[in-house]
Amino acid sequence: MDFLNAVVAITNLLIIPATTYGAQLALGALGVTLIYSILRFSNFAHGDTMAFGTVVTIGITTLFQSWGISLGPLPTALFALPFAIAITAVLLVGTDFAIYRFYRKKRAVPIIFVMASLGVMFVMNGLIRFMAGVKDQTFDDGTRFIIKARDFKEWSGLDEALSLRTTQVLTLVVAIAIVAWLFWFLNKTRTGKSMRAFSDNEDLALLSGINPNRVVMVTWVIVAMLATTAGVLYGLDKAYSPYTYFQLLLPTFAAAIVGGLGNPLGAIVGGFVVSFSEVMVTYVWKKVAIYLLPEALEPNGLLQLMSTEYKFAVSFAILVVVLLFKPTGLFKGQSV
Amino acid sequence: MTQSMRAILFFGFMAALFIIEGSTNFWIFSGSWNTSLVILNMALVSAVMALGVNLQWGYAGLFNTGIMGFVALGGLAVVVTSLPPVTESWSAGGYRIILGLILGALTIAGTILMRMKLPQGRLRGALTLAILIGGFFLYRAVFDSGVQAVEAIDPSVTGNIGGLGLPVLVAWPVGGLLAAGAAWIIGKTALGLRSDYLAIATLGIAEIIVAILKNEEWLSRGAKNVNGLPRPVPYEVDLQQSAEFVANAASLGLDPVTASTLYVKIGYALLFTAVLVTILVLSQLARHSPWGRMMRAIRDNETAARAMGKNVTRRHLEIFILGSAVCGFAGAMMTTLDGQLTPASYHPLRFTFLIWVMVIVGGSGNNLGSVLGGFLIWWLWVKVEPLGQWLAQVLTYGLPEGHWVAVRITEAAAHMRLFTMGLVLLFVLRFNPRGMLPEN
Repeated sequence: MDFLNAVVAITNLLIIPATTYGAQLALGALGVTLIYSILRFSNFAHGDTMAFGTVVTIGITTLFQSWGISLGPLPTALFALPFAIAITAVLLVGTDFAIYRFYRKKRAVPIIFVMASLGVMFVMNGLIRFMAGVKDQTFDDGTRFIIKARDFKEWSGLDEALSLRTTQVLTLVVAIAIVAWLFWFLNKTRTGKSMRAFSDNEDLALLSGINPNRVVMVTWVIVAMLATTAGVLYGLDKAYSPYTYFQLLLPTFAAAIVGGLGNPLGAIVGGFVVSFSEVMVTYVWKKVAIYLLPEALEPNGLLQLMSTEYKFAVSFAILVVVLLFKPTGLFKGQSV
Repeated sequence: MTQSMRAILFFGFMAALFIIEGSTNFWIFSGSWNTSLVILNMALVSAVMALGVNLQWGYAGLFNTGIMGFVALGGLAVVVTSLPPVTESWSAGGYRIILGLILGALTIAGTILMRMKLPQGRLRGALTLAILIGGFFLYRAVFDSGVQAVEAIDPSVTGNIGGLGLPVLVAWPVGGLLAAGAAWIIGKTALGLRSDYLAIATLGIAEIIVAILKNEEWLSRGAKNVNGLPRPVPYEVDLQQSAEFVANAASLGLDPVTASTLYVKIGYALLFTAVLVTILVLSQLARHSPWGRMMRAIRDNETAARAMGKNVTRRHLEIFILGSAVCGFAGAMMTTLDGQLTPASYHPLRFTFLIWVMVIVGGSGNNLGSVLGGFLIWWLWVKVEPLGQWLAQVLTYGLPEGHWVAVRITEAAAHMRLFTMGLVLLFVLRFNPRGMLPEN
């Protein structure tokens, strides 16, 4: 019984949240990694791109709700998502036309692109504040729980509760679908193959007649899809606020680098490495220890390695360890 | 137009802006010398920060996105240097905290030492883990009990260990030293890798430093803020009570209250100007020294510099530490000016990326340009809001009060700042990438 309680405690507050968060980070990191491998710079505006997609989704969701459209048990935001992706894609492709294309033509060094992305970050951050203000917003409707804590307790007769929220399952399902589609697209379609060729060797790709503008445009559209989905899933799961989304930049980058910048598979693994370490380090292990240890050894502290406020320190520590010992990431990334 | 003519023109324009702000109540100008001096003081501090970033970016091409962290460390330096020590806290648990920190440092040092001595292998890996885990629990045991004891003491007033009780001006170089220490750790890890990695690593360390200030209440009181930091200039109340000061103010035709606030702000402005000029002259000297020429040679062609036998990573580490120290110094100045440390106010868009806009707009590589950028962008940052409100008024002219369009536009005007700064950065990068005062 004690053992079961311990398992439930771990599942409820560690495995489920970390998996959900990991899937959200993985989608974000995939976007960062794609931009890095095709456009060859670290996009500092990525957090704000996620925020922009989310803000648009919130707007469309409110509109749909006012029309009386709903998806029943699922959040209405899911129905708004494709529209929001389209709008975000228009914004990103527009940004590329207005800003990045100029530097690409000049063959500017990567750091200039990064600077430009700082400018884009500021503008987007201002834009989302114009559109949605700075307050926290939740836009989750539909059924909140698949498994309710109380129902689980009654059903199992255990002391520990287990709850599973709709958004958590939704995150996993949507993330798996998108990743599966992305890998199919990159590996099987002509456009996907030309993207990989462009990423591997730009000159050779140009030589074989691949249209660079088309590759770049497709990349931005895919990035819009990944970023918006990541942002919306995160917002459904937790809440939207411009500052939290800006701060997602660090764990997202950490995930992409840990996996190996430019490597899509690495980005996914990196997302889960970062999320699990973050949750494990800030998890209150006392909840598990009271079931597993004999009473005499019962701890009097919380057995928390670090308080939750330091979760960024975890992303950072992982980043530093990887940079020190394996600068190309767990999976071979593009460069040192 | 020659470079020096341009500089004189731009700085003259800047001076005019401050004079108009002080003298005329018109459009977005307030007509208050007090406000003008408030903007000027922060502009001086910003200019020092911009000089620090210009050392790193303009001289060496290093992309540091952790300025906020170094600025915050400077702020912390003011607290730990100038506050009087809280004796009760020290006897309750202060020494245990220090012991805990020493244990933590010893653990890390021991691990590094052990890894250097032992050959690679399973034994080394196992020992690394053993020392780290054992050291961590030992550190937490000692440290946590100390922290609990300290934070329990009169939490509404103190709850922290206080500082060394030294004069507040000593805190400024201490802020530089703290920032330099942090920069050394980052530089050791991230320099020598590709440039984006330094950016991401510094972004991370800045978040962590601010998280520490927000949560370690024994040190910085976290969300409760540290108020009443000592000042290098007299207090307004004391001035108003001094008969001599009141008489002097009257002879200038000022009432004592206004005169005392102006006196204090001018005092700060003079101190800050002295610092700014000193750092400007030193950077300028460094720039024209063989060391500065070597830096620029490395920046322009790293491979060639390496071929000439220059130790690129080492030089980068030097200038990274120097630049961060200047930012820490400025951070200490800012906290002194505020008279309080508010950990929650450190925001990367304001303290990291805004400084970047200053350097790029002013002219990367040109020290005078950075100072100009610091002044102009800070002025704009303050004035964009009234400008936005004015614009909103013009746009909604004729609309009935409370019309939803008018309400929406007025709301949006409040968020003009970031938007404008982004546009300024993008326009300068595109059309005038060398900035207002280009490097010559």
